[in-house]
Amino acid sequence: MKHLLSVDDLGRDGVDELCELAESFLEVTQRDIPKVPALRGKTVACVFYEDSTRTRLSFETAAKRLSADTMAFSAGTSSVKKGESLRDTVQTIEAMGVDAMVVRHGSAGAPHRIATWVDAAVVNAGDGRHEHPTQALLDAFTLRRHRGPSLDGARVAIVGDVRHSRVARSSTKVFAALGAKVTLVAPPTMLPESLDGWPAGVSCDLDAVLPEVDVVYLLRIQHERQDAMLFPSLREYTTRFGLTVERAARLRDDVLVMHAGPMNRGVEIAPEVAETPRSVITEQVGNGVAVRMAVLYSLLGSGAPVA
Amino acid sequence: MPDAARAGQPDTSRVESGAAPGGGLSNSGPNVFRASVFSADDLRRAHTRIAHEIVERNHGAGALVLVGLYTRGVAVARRLAAAIESFEGVAVPVGALDVAFYRDDIGLRPVQPLGATEVPVDVSDRTVVLVDDVLFTGRTVRAALDALTELGRPPAVQLAVLVDRGHRELPIRADFVGKNLPTKAAEDVRVRLADVDGGEDGIELWGPADGMPVAPPPRAGGESP
Repeated sequence: MKHLLSVDDLGRDGVDELCELAESFLEVTQRDIPKVPALRGKTVACVFYEDSTRTRLSFETAAKRLSADTMAFSAGTSSVKKGESLRDTVQTIEAMGVDAMVVRHGSAGAPHRIATWVDAAVVNAGDGRHEHPTQALLDAFTLRRHRGPSLDGARVAIVGDVRHSRVARSSTKVFAALGAKVTLVAPPTMLPESLDGWPAGVSCDLDAVLPEVDVVYLLRIQHERQDAMLFPSLREYTTRFGLTVERAARLRDDVLVMHAGPMNRGVEIAPEVAETPRSVITEQVGNGVAVRMAVLYSLLGSGAPVA
Repeated sequence: MPDAARAGQPDTSRVESGAAPGGGLSNSGPNVFRASVFSADDLRRAHTRIAHEIVERNHGAGALVLVGLYTRGVAVARRLAAAIESFEGVAVPVGALDVAFYRDDIGLRPVQPLGATEVPVDVSDRTVVLVDDVLFTGRTVRAALDALTELGRPPAVQLAVLVDRGHRELPIRADFVGKNLPTKAAEDVRVRLADVDGGEDGIELWGPADGMPVAPPPRAGGESP
């Protein structure tokens, strides 16, 4: 594997191998000295054209725990402001000697394009509404740690703004590849235009779906991507699609609650629900570092093909 | 491929044993069987002798920890601990070390982790005996010393191996050796431990098929020269 651009590049075997590898790195991150020299001498550049807290810090932490050097680039404070093109920008960064570029961009396909321009390994850290492969991997890794390596038969409801969510697209594909049955739950205005490429069922009634699920995966209501009002009010959204205290109380004890963050507390998830033991939201963040270590190690270190 | 490695299949990230990738006792590969080095009985006696030597050298077993290197070194460390307990009455703690991320050939060939590093005691208080099945180039032991450094500062580190097959590439030697076995670089030393590989314990020498005479069988007891 030269790049990680889409979860389609991985398949079930690739996901399994990266999750197994991540298991080793999770152990590393829990040591007193949570660092190994595996990628000493390699340089990882985080090239972010969109804001991010956890993804970027997670990749930087992952790279540092592998002893790689890191460079950070934010479009907002760079020569992009002076009109430098995407191609010139990434080629400039590569000329400084980087082995991997972790790219987030508002346009779908930007990481794929960059991969044709540079020799460095390219990791898609979110491109527009398209994909977010490492989020999907860490979601799968988190579920595997709770349910065992196979997700065969697990019923997952992905709730919220599916149409605008790259997390929903990537995670649906990975969950389905591991054998889970995914149901997308949203108001009709937030469902994808077509289910082509979505190995999932759909529903517009959260209360009908909840008794039948093992995992509730909540998506953030994305104010910044919302050009048109897709629902009358936040309050109405919460009433029909939020995981409120009352809804959470009706879930079986072993049902897990996930969220990719950042949370809009009180909108898609009640603050109390996010703090309950069934919530694995903080665990997802910790697992994210281990999974990204596995991705960077596979691309830069192992010399072993994934998938 | 950690799955396979953890399932006890031949580990491809270890050059130390000299086994060809995918090679095991049941897999012929390019090399053919040349000689039996240790029978199950020989191996049992070697474990017992090494266990005695470790206790003798350290004037007891009270301040030791045995740390096995994945995969078979961990099994050997457990056996040595059981032997020490049987004659000394001291339960020596046993740890397991995965050195994959400390290797110096990452990026040159596939290097995958083999298991979780687990050392149940603070190594800063105890003499660490690193345990492996075969000592070859010394690069695994070098990586193990680095990995160990991150866990603490042991007062001393010693090395116990079942077979020293020569061809060192680093200034490393073993303190306790089951057998010194002169080998050619192209040969494989194949170790089979019942608790890791199934079947019966044994160590065999495999080598290229072309025209080389088959080595004579080892002397009974398989003592090092």
